[in-house]
Amino acid sequence: MTATAQPAIELRSVGKTFRVAGGILGKDRRVVAVDGVSFAVPPGGVLGVVGESGCGKSTLARLILGLLTPDSGDIAVEGQRIVDMDRKARARLIQPVFQDPFSSLNPLTRIRDIVAMPLQAQGSFSRAEIAKRVDEMLERVGLPGEMGNRLPAELSGGQRQRVAIARALVLRPRIVVCDEPTSALDVSVQAQILNLLAELRRDLGLTYLFISHNLAVVEHVASEVAVMYLGRIVEKKPTQALFHSPEHPYTKALLASVLTPEPGLGVPDVGLGDVMPDPANIPPGCRFHPRCPVAESRCSTQTPPLRPRPGGGVECLLVP
Amino acid sequence: MSALLDVERLEVGFGGRTSAVRGASLTVERGETHCLVGESGCGKSVTALAIMNLLARGGHRSAQRLAFQDEDLLKLDERGMARLRGNSMAMIFQEPMTSLNPAYTIGSQMTEVMRRHKKVSQRVATDRAADLLGRVGITAPGLRLGQFPHQLSGGLRQRVMIAMALMCEPQLLIADEPTTALDVTVQAQILRLLAQLQRDLGLGLLLITHDLGIVARIAHRVSVMYAGEVVESAATAQLFADPRHPYTQGLLRCVPVPGKQRQDEPLGSIPGTVPRIGPGFEGCGFRDRCSFADASCAHTVPHQTAAPGHDYLCRLAP
Repeated sequence: MTATAQPAIELRSVGKTFRVAGGILGKDRRVVAVDGVSFAVPPGGVLGVVGESGCGKSTLARLILGLLTPDSGDIAVEGQRIVDMDRKARARLIQPVFQDPFSSLNPLTRIRDIVAMPLQAQGSFSRAEIAKRVDEMLERVGLPGEMGNRLPAELSGGQRQRVAIARALVLRPRIVVCDEPTSALDVSVQAQILNLLAELRRDLGLTYLFISHNLAVVEHVASEVAVMYLGRIVEKKPTQALFHSPEHPYTKALLASVLTPEPGLGVPDVGLGDVMPDPANIPPGCRFHPRCPVAESRCSTQTPPLRPRPGGGVECLLVP
Repeated sequence: MSALLDVERLEVGFGGRTSAVRGASLTVERGETHCLVGESGCGKSVTALAIMNLLARGGHRSAQRLAFQDEDLLKLDERGMARLRGNSMAMIFQEPMTSLNPAYTIGSQMTEVMRRHKKVSQRVATDRAADLLGRVGITAPGLRLGQFPHQLSGGLRQRVMIAMALMCEPQLLIADEPTTALDVTVQAQILRLLAQLQRDLGLGLLLITHDLGIVARIAHRVSVMYAGEVVESAATAQLFADPRHPYTQGLLRCVPVPGKQRQDEPLGSIPGTVPRIGPGFEGCGFRDRCSFADASCAHTVPHQTAAPGHDYLCRLAP
């Protein structure tokens, strides 16, 4: 892979705002979900995206999948603008794996048919070809062939997530967007699924966008990490650099809140206060300043510029 | 003095087909945080519900001993139990939105518990509610008392649940996955609060979780549950330093720890899934997933002691 290779995913100043009806008397509210986000993921890379609920990470996933249209900016997947692609071509290139394997599989459809659906939707595969590819895929994700004839309710959470992965990969896409793929699973099953995703990426040369609120998981799977706060990426770096020398106070707080299984350390003081971020009401200046433990008065008026770093950058007024 | 809560050989079954808890024993001392850890379906929540006598219809509990402050809970009728619940033993649940009533204000829900158990005036109850909201780190408690649950964030709701559970000065607080639905940052705040309250009020805290990170940071004592049994129990430092049961060891290997694991190395994992166990099951519930299992594991599981206070259920020698 050369340095000049075209990025697998590229975002340029992407923005997305939702209008939320305010009720009978209330005013409509504008919820800023994604605000001026730019990044590029190289082919074969894994970009981890972390942040709290409401930070816009799932909206970002939907934009990249082409399920939502950005209000501003451009999203290109392997050099093609995602909004210009037709659905079938898009499905052959990029596929999702969602969080909840209980709600993302149709309960009345047999596993085989769930996995076959993307092939059938293409309309260009013969029945024999579909059956062959489904069998291969089920085996590849570690599901015994007889599972194909079962319904989702007969499977455990981990098995269902394997089905979701099989469905995502059956068209042999180049890119997979994983939105909290293991958050609903037990730790022992989470480990199985993370190992499977890592193995598939290596063997099939996939690129992942991996969204999670669990920093320990992101550290294990990602080559680069982007930290999102109220719609913006406030810090992005190669994984090692982000974990060893976090610069943004929010990144530091996120890292401090990871409870590693080390007895005796007690529960850390994250120091974020109890003001919760509200995407309908983005603070002026640095949007993190109301919760920032080290904020100065200028942080409430000046917008922090992007300070470039190798492989990314950080947006904070207080870092040099 | 005997333990605050003493559970000996608790059995819970549902309709004669499923054995959810199989002979689980645990004690919670005054002023102690005891974590019950295990994966979904291991019986940890059912254990808590059985202690509170809140099992769903069809659930049946029995035990050699089930005592709270030396009072035999098995002999109490529903009235007697209702006198304890929310009073000297309180419980908080995972999802605060479903355990708060959306149609009543925070204030009326908080004061109801105390007015019922302590027969105090609304005024006294409201003062105590405001005081406790302040204590759990909620600013402007007066305002919050007049608000409805939907007006609060998830973290605030869980703080309200904790404050509500403390209204009648309980001796024992059972918390069932209290932070699982919350963001990591909020989770750390809530756990810090629980640990602090536990210390300051001398509570006995039975905390149920699937997260070994939480256990390591907050527990004094840990019981690991698998397939309805407590398979290992020890003081926290001891359990993490010297886990004896193959399930405990496997569980610890599954947890990704920043900086501890190379990226190209797979995480440790436990193959297979938790078995469904019915009455009459014999032997070790973990044997199908265990790399140390031999023929003897199909019928006998010895109870062994690795060190004082460190017990486990496995044939492997201490």
